[in-house]
Amino acid sequence: MNPFSSGTRLRDMIRAIRACKTAAEERAVVRKECAAIRAAIDENDRDYRHRNLSKLMFIHMLGYPTHFGQMECLKLIASPGFPEKRIGYLALMLLLDERQEVLMLVTNSLKQDLNHTNQYIVGLALCALGNICSAEMARDLAPEVERLLQFRDPNVRKKAALCAIRIIKKVPDLAENFINSAAALLREKHHGVLITGVQLCTELCKVSAEALEYFRMKCTESVVRSLKDLVNSPYAPEYDIAGITDPFLHIRLLKLLRVLGEGNADASDLMNDILAQVATKTESNKVAGNAILYESVQTIMSVEDSGGLRVLAINILGRFLSNSDNNIRYVALNMLMKAVTADAQAVQRHRATILECVKDSDASIQKKALELVYVLVNESNVKPLTKELIDYLEVSDQEFRADLTAKICSIVSEFSPEKIWYIDQMLKVLSEAGNFVKDEVWHALIVVITNAYDLHGYTVRALYRTLQTSAEQESLVRVAVWCIGEYGDILVKNVGMLDIEEPIVVTESDAVDILEMVIKQHTSDLTTKAMALIALLKLSSRFPSCSESIRNIITQYKGNLVLELQQRSIEFNKVLANHQNISSALVERMPVLDEATFIGRKAGSMLGTASTPRGPSVNIPNGVAKPSVAPLVDLLDLSSDDVPAPSPSGGDLLQDLLGVDLPPASQQLGSGQAPKSGTDVLLDLLSVGSPSVPPMSPSALSLSSTTDILSSSMNNKTPTSPLDDLTSLSLSAGAAPMMDLLDGLTSSPPTENNGLVYPSITAFESSSLRVTFNFSKETGKPQTTIIQAAFTNLTSNIYTDFIFQAAVPKFLQLHLDPASGHALPASGDGSITQTLRVTNTQHGKKNLIMRMRIAYKVNGKDTLEEGQINNFPRELGG
Amino acid sequence: MIKAVLVLNTQGKPRLAKFYEFRPVEKQQELIRNVFSVLCSRAENVSNFVDAESIYGQDARLVYKHFATLYFVFIFDSSENELAMLDLIQVFVETLDKCFRNVCELDVVYNYSKMHSILDEIIIGGQVLETSSTEVIKAIEELSRLEAASNSINLVPKSVSGWRAR
Repeated sequence: MNPFSSGTRLRDMIRAIRACKTAAEERAVVRKECAAIRAAIDENDRDYRHRNLSKLMFIHMLGYPTHFGQMECLKLIASPGFPEKRIGYLALMLLLDERQEVLMLVTNSLKQDLNHTNQYIVGLALCALGNICSAEMARDLAPEVERLLQFRDPNVRKKAALCAIRIIKKVPDLAENFINSAAALLREKHHGVLITGVQLCTELCKVSAEALEYFRMKCTESVVRSLKDLVNSPYAPEYDIAGITDPFLHIRLLKLLRVLGEGNADASDLMNDILAQVATKTESNKVAGNAILYESVQTIMSVEDSGGLRVLAINILGRFLSNSDNNIRYVALNMLMKAVTADAQAVQRHRATILECVKDSDASIQKKALELVYVLVNESNVKPLTKELIDYLEVSDQEFRADLTAKICSIVSEFSPEKIWYIDQMLKVLSEAGNFVKDEVWHALIVVITNAYDLHGYTVRALYRTLQTSAEQESLVRVAVWCIGEYGDILVKNVGMLDIEEPIVVTESDAVDILEMVIKQHTSDLTTKAMALIALLKLSSRFPSCSESIRNIITQYKGNLVLELQQRSIEFNKVLANHQNISSALVERMPVLDEATFIGRKAGSMLGTASTPRGPSVNIPNGVAKPSVAPLVDLLDLSSDDVPAPSPSGGDLLQDLLGVDLPPASQQLGSGQAPKSGTDVLLDLLSVGSPSVPPMSPSALSLSSTTDILSSSMNNKTPTSPLDDLTSLSLSAGAAPMMDLLDGLTSSPPTENNGLVYPSITAFESSSLRVTFNFSKETGKPQTTIIQAAFTNLTSNIYTDFIFQAAVPKFLQLHLDPASGHALPASGDGSITQTLRVTNTQHGKKNLIMRMRIAYKVNGKDTLEEGQINNFPRELGG
Repeated sequence: MIKAVLVLNTQGKPRLAKFYEFRPVEKQQELIRNVFSVLCSRAENVSNFVDAESIYGQDARLVYKHFATLYFVFIFDSSENELAMLDLIQVFVETLDKCFRNVCELDVVYNYSKMHSILDEIIIGGQVLETSSTEVIKAIEELSRLEAASNSINLVPKSVSGWRAR
């Protein structure tokens, strides 16, 4: 080599790079080398081209730009010497890619080298072509490759076969040119050529239906014979891996058989025997043998069904599961996952072994096994499986617990045969891994508990017991706190004792003490403490004897730094001090939470809409006091002469409640979106994490209402409320009866038709939606029209988060009942109905008129439709 | 199809990187880093398979083997047999071992182009070419022989011409 030339030897460069201590040093070395190489390129230095490209390959691997060397590759390839060509081709494969136009320039050199007399140069060219061939090159060079498939030297033939794969992948049209020569390769005796030939056939079958048909007809038998020969062949040391002759060839042949047999009964028949032979005879104590078994299982599972073989295959996987090698267990689980769809019964038989894998020491195996168990659960095995999983939960790793808990919860809620079992299992999970339980899971549990009337006692006692041992599990504590608040009296009186329970004696002060313990415990977070405060408030009326100590606990938080707790403390304290007469009604037990609504709400909140009148599900278990109507009147300081017992005239009542002494504009309050916004505010106020809104809350009421006038009228109201510190409570209280009343209304038939029948109208119709109105009136109230709105979906997409909103001029008062649902099935297959109540203050003078807006989601996309309705029938007394 | 073959050392430095599907250089480096971060956090006694979908994209699996200071990593799709890939890593390493007589990281570093030649005799275009290390070594020896022969002929005139040019 030239001693005077600039630049370093390859070895020195690598050494220099390795000696670098920092990335900056390395960059400096590389920059210097690259500068030298660029200079050499500019000088068109021939002698060191070879070495410079070697360096560039190394620099490329380190992630530095090397594009300036691309042309040098072409020059090296074009040079006559073998070493130059070798480095040229190596660099070509690394530095260039099939998308670069430079590559086109190499086609000619490649063509020459493919026809070179030196077979090693032919080999180099084939290798490069096989790695970087583009579609254009494929078209240009396919004839050369086709010819080389018959070359005398096997090394060239096998490389040509792989080149052919690249070519047909790039240009599937060329497949037919290779069918005959590929079929010829299947008769090869040379292992290497046979492997690549089988691969070529497999790929041909994948890209061309014609090729698949051809090989299926002509070659299935010969492939089966090759495999048979191989299985029975004597020991061939050079292809032996761990005592198995040429496992790769086994695998390739099995894979080709899979392609040929898939969806074709005749071809599948031909291979049944050999598949059975491979599956039974292959030794399974080495990786190589297991690789063959694994491949044969895949083939058996994909070819046309012959029951016996499938059972054999799944049994092989079952055996894999108890193998001591992690890899084998891992692939077995992967494969079983796929096999579940084909033959769930056969997989079920290995349930016990799969369950063992959940307890594996290898995290990835645990994860796979858990997924598989999850798929295998059904009504008949849910109990034993859940028991196993929960037992394991106790000893499992922290990292795995979150996964495991989530899966157990979803298994339990999906397949639980009865409520008591569900509650039992959930309590176990909560007490073991309550900190991993997601919020919606324990919310769902509370919904189930409220619905299980006969289990209230059992549940609250069980929770009380568990709370004493597992007080560090946040979500367990929350559920327990909620239940003790709601069912404290049942807890103390031992109501509804089941035979299986151990008797337990809890005094009233015990119940209060445990809540006090929760609220003082430093691990409890804000939500838990807030819930505990509500529970205490509730207990104060359940346990009059403890009310003084409860008040003491509550008072301690009136100076709390957390606004939420402070506010609750002060408000509750006021209630206890000044409103003893109503507090028992105020903290009545929660109405039963509707399971169907909860599920719908959960689905809704997953869609993540902001505009729906559904509160976040967090709110449900917060233990809201359900105030009766009378106290509400007191709280608002309104005249309480007319005790508004649930009456059919809901709209009027709302006015009575909220708007009695207010300026006329506030009459709108009772109309419009009051019920909806009421719900929202109620939920907002009670949702613990959200910013508290007390002084502003009236305006919050208008958040979801359509008509802007509403908000202004509501703001007027604040000063009229004399109990400033109770504003939020009174509002939440005010909102609650609104809902209650309306619920009452919807359940009892609110109207009696006065005999007149009014024609229905189509109030609105677009290409996607139709709204029809049916009318009726109550006896003795001609000014009030009851409208049954029905919404029909005219498209083939389901609408979700469907909301209907309406606005009317001032002379009308509008009141909307909750809609029957929030999802509208496609193609008119069912509809949503909603009742509207319009009171016309100028009855007989002016006709009804209404603006409407409908918002919904189609495939997750928000859609809005608006319209004006002025075709109300005249008979309505407009 | 095999998508990539990587050899990394235990510090995360690439020692060999071959991609059978086009990836820009920056992506290649990112991938190498991601693979390394997965591998170095794996315990000793766990399986050699990693779900590589998050690293390499859909349907990607990864098999690795750890030898002394080097990780040998194959990334491939679902058409390949995972266990066979594990064997193929074995074939690759055995071949290196025979070529370099007890291969170590330094051999790999300083014989970068030879590493590539060996790999090219085992895999072409993501397809398995040869699985017998004896055959691979035979081919590699032929290459070295040719290389040596042409070097001895070419070197003298080349360096002479080099002298003259200066």
